[in-house]
Amino acid sequence: MQFLLFLSETIIPIFIVWIVAYGLVSHRPVYEDFIVGAKDGFTTVLGILPTLIGLMVAVGVLRASGFLNMLASILAVLVPDWIFPTELLPLSLIKMFSSSASTGLLLDIFKEHGVDSLLGRTAAIMMSSTETIFYTLSVYFMSVNIKKSRYTVVGALVCTIAGLFASIYFAQLM
Amino acid sequence: MNYLWAGMILIGVVYAAFTGSLPDVTTAALDSAKEAVTLCITMLGVMSFWMGLMKIAENAGMIATLAHRLRPVLHFLFPQIPKEHIVNEYLSTNMIANILGLGWAATPLGLKAMEELQKINEKNCERYGENQYRGTDIATKEMCDFLIINISSLQLVPINIIAYRTQYGSIAPTDIMGAAIAATTVGTIVAIVFCKLVPDRGRVSGKDLFGKS
Repeated sequence: MQFLLFLSETIIPIFIVWIVAYGLVSHRPVYEDFIVGAKDGFTTVLGILPTLIGLMVAVGVLRASGFLNMLASILAVLVPDWIFPTELLPLSLIKMFSSSASTGLLLDIFKEHGVDSLLGRTAAIMMSSTETIFYTLSVYFMSVNIKKSRYTVVGALVCTIAGLFASIYFAQLM
Repeated sequence: MNYLWAGMILIGVVYAAFTGSLPDVTTAALDSAKEAVTLCITMLGVMSFWMGLMKIAENAGMIATLAHRLRPVLHFLFPQIPKEHIVNEYLSTNMIANILGLGWAATPLGLKAMEELQKINEKNCERYGENQYRGTDIATKEMCDFLIINISSLQLVPINIIAYRTQYGSIAPTDIMGAAIAATTVGTIVAIVFCKLVPDRGRVSGKDLFGKS
């Protein structure tokens, strides 16, 4: 843990030093290069701002309406506990839409069931092995004006579901 | 995308009307819009800084070296992309950033990769014409595969989760790491197999889609 924390604290500074030093050694005008790149990053972010507003509002509305929770409780009836832990269904579902909302749910599970319980551990593993599918897809596709995503949603769902079941399995092995 | 977005808004509002949580929805909509702008302001700084650094790395030839090492992997995943194309650099650095858990660093690179893939797509649409599977608003196989693999999120150190576990008094916060790496690996393997199984319908047979022009 100490080492990991050390690593996570130092990896970015090391990266920065490495890049700048490498640039200097290669006799590059590092500051001018930096400015050119920074301008590039600036325009990229400005380009996705409208997309981000549209999406975050949509997710916010859906979450506040209680629809996501309703959907999760319906799924809980459809999917028996021995296939998929009922307590973790809302978490898995909401993780596909919003990272911050699912973090809230994760901490809730830690409080409710204990951080080192099977449920707590499974939830933590699920969160680290899945991604906010719909958010990621929208940002990436909308940034280049793609409207037909073909099989991407299906593929993303398939690998996420595989990851979720793998999480349940590996958590039990621990 | 249009239907997904409209669906989310409409379902949310209609459902809220029935459950009486309309005031919450109003607040949520306004707050989310504000949150998006705040997030973008933070991102403006972080991304500009990161892209500046990446430019130094790029001009100094570091990224080319890095991408070179990942070349066999990329070539296996995206056999259609020529080995010397610039998009390889974005793809490989995006993957490296994702594996290290540097999500904020991975996104701008991923967006650049999409931009390049879209340029290629537009060029191909112009040269070979559009059809059911190829068009300027239709994702190419490379885009779909890249995003699916990206979403399967191969990650080595889920540092934020470890931090939450520490905060909630876990006796061994890093205990889940092994299982998490195993689970994420399963997800990524499934993603790669899935992508390999889907045929590339947008491709013109016998022609090099990524040829120089």
